[in-house]
Amino acid sequence: MSVTVETCATAAEAARALGQGAQYLGGGTIVMRRVNAGDQHLSRLVRSTDPGLRAIRSTSQGVSLGAGVTMAQIMAHPDLGFLAPAARAVGGPALREMATVGGNLFARAPYGDLAVLLLALGAQAVMSDGGSPRPLEELWRGGRSGLVLSLEVPRPREARATGYLKVARVHPVGTPVISLAAYLPREGGRIRGARIAMTGMGATPRRATAAERVLEGAALDAASIARAAAVAAEGLEPLDDALATAWYRREVAGVHLSRLLEGLERG
Amino acid sequence: MMARKPVTFTLNGSERAAFAADGQNLLQFLRQEVGDMTPKFGCGQGGCGACTVLVDGAPHLSCLMLAEAVQGRRVETVAGLARGATPHPLQEAFMEHFAAQCGYCTPGMLMAAKALLDRTPRPTRDEVIEAIGGNLCRCTGYAPIIDAILAAANRRTPA
Repeated sequence: MSVTVETCATAAEAARALGQGAQYLGGGTIVMRRVNAGDQHLSRLVRSTDPGLRAIRSTSQGVSLGAGVTMAQIMAHPDLGFLAPAARAVGGPALREMATVGGNLFARAPYGDLAVLLLALGAQAVMSDGGSPRPLEELWRGGRSGLVLSLEVPRPREARATGYLKVARVHPVGTPVISLAAYLPREGGRIRGARIAMTGMGATPRRATAAERVLEGAALDAASIARAAAVAAEGLEPLDDALATAWYRREVAGVHLSRLLEGLERG
Repeated sequence: MMARKPVTFTLNGSERAAFAADGQNLLQFLRQEVGDMTPKFGCGQGGCGACTVLVDGAPHLSCLMLAEAVQGRRVETVAGLARGATPHPLQEAFMEHFAAQCGYCTPGMLMAAKALLDRTPRPTRDEVIEAIGGNLCRCTGYAPIIDAILAAANRRTPA
């Protein structure tokens, strides 16, 4: 083991200490696996004990989650019921005490059970380098610099507009074949601002934009669900891994999307 | 020369201090520096739960936790379960229900179960299954473990 660990009292100090190949260490469930495996690319770890990273605050739009907020914190919080199903989908109880919101954003695909719901809700990342909060897709597109400090998560306008489904081969704790999240707010019975996201369908969680287009302005019924399911995988790049082939994921994405949407339709 | 950092914490109710190497995980620290051999190394990847310990009352995977992160915190392991020669009700129930075969997963199972019963003294079967969802057992098929945890819950008198 030839790794050094730098502990910073504030997130700002930690952000400054990053760079030159340093890796941020959050809850440990991703980075400590690499340490334990003797990953030679890790030489400097930076962590922070800043309590602000574990803060959950209500905002005018929704909620602000510190990047170090754990899945267990989300599940225990009375105002975060809309995120709880995705937080519960991450690992077992011990892992959920450690796994953080920030870490889940960068979990290797097809992990990202919480990130996929954050993407569907349109959450944005507040970065240490200042500037306006960044959409998650921008964060994942690369050139990411600095540290994610917190996430601004819009609260769904109606609880019933949000749906979440994890598809795994092993229960209760398993790696997702696909995880899906949908946010379908309705006005006068019509969907306005459809957002659907999936893991397992790309190197990061991805929006199913073809299915979103089909649903936009439509009523959520058997016909629109069938049309959305038919184009669920369009434009996406399903993963080929030990859990499932890309072909399989492409075939079943629509099946699982229709199950998720049927659940939302029933309310 | 690798840096060594002093870590003071509470282990099973006793104040402890030891030096942790940079990057050392809590499991290695407990076993090699502190001498508590009850948490087991299974996968080192967070997949098996054999290393489960309680930190401030909540289950944690000690193989994925940096040792220095327990500074000032409360750690519980299987070594602290029995009271002298009297096993903990969970340990009694594990023996009576044949919940241990090879025994390797048992320390993790016991700590996951303790975390559950400390918060939920009368769990349902589904809650027990959920609580040990992150702990693998390749011998028992889980049913005897679930039965044992439920039996311990029924036997325990309020603390």
